[in-house]
Amino acid sequence: MKRLLTLAASAIALTSAPALAQDVAITGATVALGDGSEPVENATVVVRGGRVVAAGAGVSVPAGVTVLDGSGTWVTPGLFASSTNLGLVDVGAVSESNDVDADDSPFGAALDVAPVINPMAQDFGYSRAGGVTRASVMPEAGASIFGGQGAVIDLGADFDAVRHPRAFQVVELGERGARLAGGSRTSVHTLLRNALHEAGTYGEAAQLRSGSSSAGGREAEGLDSRTPNPVDRSGDVLLSRFDAAALVPVVRGEQKLYVKVERASDILSALALREEFPSLDMVLVGATEGWMVAPQIAAAGVPVIAVALRDLPVSFEQLAATQSNVGRMVDAGVRVAIGGYDSSGDHPRNLPQQAGNMVALNRVPGATGLTWGEAFAAITSVPAEVAGLGGRVGVLAEGAHGDLVVWDGDPLENSSAPLRVFVDGVEQPLTNHQTRLRDRYRSLDESERPRAYEW
Amino acid sequence: MGRHFRKGGPAALLLSTAASIALAGCTAASGSERPTVAAAPVASEEPYASTYERFPGVPTAIVGATVYDGAGGMIENGTVLFADGEVVGIGGADLAIPAGYTRVDGTGRYVTPGIIDIHSHLGDYPTPSVEAHSDGNEATDPTTPEVWAEHSVWPQDPGFSRALANGGITTLQILPGSANLMGGRSVTLRNVPSRTVQGMKFPGAPYSLKMACGENPKRVYGGRGRMPSTRMGNFAVNRETWIEAQEYMAEEEPGRDLAMETLAGVLSGEIMIQNHCYRADEMALVLSMADEFGYQVSAFHHAVESYKIADMLREHDVCSAVWADWYGFKMEAYDAIPENAALIHNQGACVVIHSDDENGIQRLNQEAAKAQADGRRMGIEISDADVISWITLNAARAMGIDEMTGSLEAGKMADVVLWNGDPLSIYSRPETVWIDGAVMYDMNDPQMRPISDFELGQPGEGDVK
Repeated sequence: MKRLLTLAASAIALTSAPALAQDVAITGATVALGDGSEPVENATVVVRGGRVVAAGAGVSVPAGVTVLDGSGTWVTPGLFASSTNLGLVDVGAVSESNDVDADDSPFGAALDVAPVINPMAQDFGYSRAGGVTRASVMPEAGASIFGGQGAVIDLGADFDAVRHPRAFQVVELGERGARLAGGSRTSVHTLLRNALHEAGTYGEAAQLRSGSSSAGGREAEGLDSRTPNPVDRSGDVLLSRFDAAALVPVVRGEQKLYVKVERASDILSALALREEFPSLDMVLVGATEGWMVAPQIAAAGVPVIAVALRDLPVSFEQLAATQSNVGRMVDAGVRVAIGGYDSSGDHPRNLPQQAGNMVALNRVPGATGLTWGEAFAAITSVPAEVAGLGGRVGVLAEGAHGDLVVWDGDPLENSSAPLRVFVDGVEQPLTNHQTRLRDRYRSLDESERPRAYEW
Repeated sequence: MGRHFRKGGPAALLLSTAASIALAGCTAASGSERPTVAAAPVASEEPYASTYERFPGVPTAIVGATVYDGAGGMIENGTVLFADGEVVGIGGADLAIPAGYTRVDGTGRYVTPGIIDIHSHLGDYPTPSVEAHSDGNEATDPTTPEVWAEHSVWPQDPGFSRALANGGITTLQILPGSANLMGGRSVTLRNVPSRTVQGMKFPGAPYSLKMACGENPKRVYGGRGRMPSTRMGNFAVNRETWIEAQEYMAEEEPGRDLAMETLAGVLSGEIMIQNHCYRADEMALVLSMADEFGYQVSAFHHAVESYKIADMLREHDVCSAVWADWYGFKMEAYDAIPENAALIHNQGACVVIHSDDENGIQRLNQEAAKAQADGRRMGIEISDADVISWITLNAARAMGIDEMTGSLEAGKMADVVLWNGDPLSIYSRPETVWIDGAVMYDMNDPQMRPISDFELGQPGEGDVK
């Protein structure tokens, strides 16, 4: 492991004053751009005004920027965590602190994580300290097949986390969806198609004007899913007005539809929905058996968010699970972001471990993994593209957000961790509940006074 | 609180006749007295006895590898010899290789003892994880020392093969779940495919009793309006049950009572204690309870707060079986920190990295490496060789099998993993795994990748998983 030579690991204390973006150049570092290319040694990254100016070998340092010697370190774009519950939960099993799903809510698609995301939740800070600078926050389905609307956030240490509210809608199409829908996949498909038809009809009746509401911009005038139009709907409706309004941008393709689906046949059925609803802007989430239908996914141009290391037949919809799933889909031309939770140990900060294992897999005969560049892209630029932010985050390209992580070694290696993290050019504090406990219990000496006085 | 167990008839107590098992802990310096395999009861007296016999192997010499012996030693350009199921010796490049040994080129590769997971539910909670397979918690009574995990193990769990091929797991302890204060007996398995659980049972391995502190028992039973519903209730039920066991042991002719036989086994030192316990303060209370009733806790499992009392754990010779960095999923895991293992080790107490997970068991080496690095960043340097002991010899000690496996010592079982690189690197995988000197997995031979019955004829059969 390369050891830190010149960049101090000290975290700056979080102050109440607004943090200012720094104009900074890091030189002499090993730089991974995040775009799928292999890392470049002795390279330079320049950030001004919160944006990347240039990155790579032979980049000159403009006048007026602070120069940091990055020798011995790696510099990369911040990680983009695709499928998280950041800011929705303090403690998973403490239900009152957990807003991940809404089991007893009368609403489904209308649910919106944006107003409830809490950037002070400890997992936020842990993820930031792990090099995650952007994330999709994905609600889970609780009472309906729709989980509601997710958001794209940044992990800066401030209250302005939500950068793109209502960036996508979540729907469950597999076994879980079947349970929520009434006990069968048949009901899932009927409910979903009905909902999209109702939303389409509702949108037309309400004469909502269409407009761009991609993740990159605020929602267009006249199309706010939180404000149902008082249109008179005829009978034979299942959706509440809020839920119908929330699905209008989905059926119009103005808001992404994240489809949680695992089984190969279910994936094909999901893709086929686009014949009936051609505007759907779909992302497959899960896709454990995606490798079996990878050519069809690629042909559809639908990206995937997958847990990289899932390799057990956990359910009958995942019988074909293999760690080669991601690599095979990538080889078939599918854009695949690595993300999601499988066990209590899967947190956003462990994304590099999933990605690194994909590189290791390439050395196992008969298995299909990823190159280092592909693996790192799967936790940086590709998830950003999937979220509709291609070229703007997850990559060290001119004009991209100045989200940088300075690592003490190869970021995919078990032994590595961030030394410094920048969001939009602003250096971030890396202290949190865990680091404070670590420091308190560095010694167990209580001969003078209890540990409680050590802080 | 009434009695928790039925008393049996007048039949003689059928406890194991094994020599008393020294419940030495697992600090690096401890040289515990272990019962010999020969001291175990003969098969006719041992219920559900192991039928495992080692598979054929050839005398093997791995040469030119970096060797971690599992006991804290490391040899560059090392040689590992094994034959007839046993380690013959390890040494440097100058170690003489007897005639008739098959050479395996270890150049650029690493050797460790077989990896051991002290905390697994494979077989008891197998995949597919359907309700019909939920066999890990007899959650009908807060104390069920009468149940034996082996009676739930489904040998066709595909998870065993993944643990072998991806994790280099050669031995694992299957524990009942943590719904109950006393969850039942564990079983230690060789990670070999078998039609029966008896064909996997580790010959001569002692039993352990799984116990659980904290949130789970009080939630499960409190939620049903019965005791325990609080942490104090947890302790009360435990103590009353231990008292009952003492009374049982005092009977001149105690009848058959499966629950009491297990507890008497604990109090007589033949059965070890594996205690699920997250919080430091609760672990300290459990240590007092162990003192009250005269038993030894072998390891606290999921001990995410061990770093707060690592000095106490060292003094009590108790291991901490921990994850590298799980946290936050429940209240009692809120103070989990990734430096836990390093801080425990730094106090001279025993660290075991465990999985409790069908995914994590495939990567104990990576978990150990992360924990090592988290320590290094706070200034605690732990050698690679010591870190390997967290997933080999320390686990074996806490399971009472360290005289038989866990390190590459002459005479021990030839449980060996050849890695295609540094096992503490993310980029390495097991290349060959030997169990008792027999090749059970070979990365380069598709036929040497076991497939469970369940996966035959399924999509991806024979796939590199």
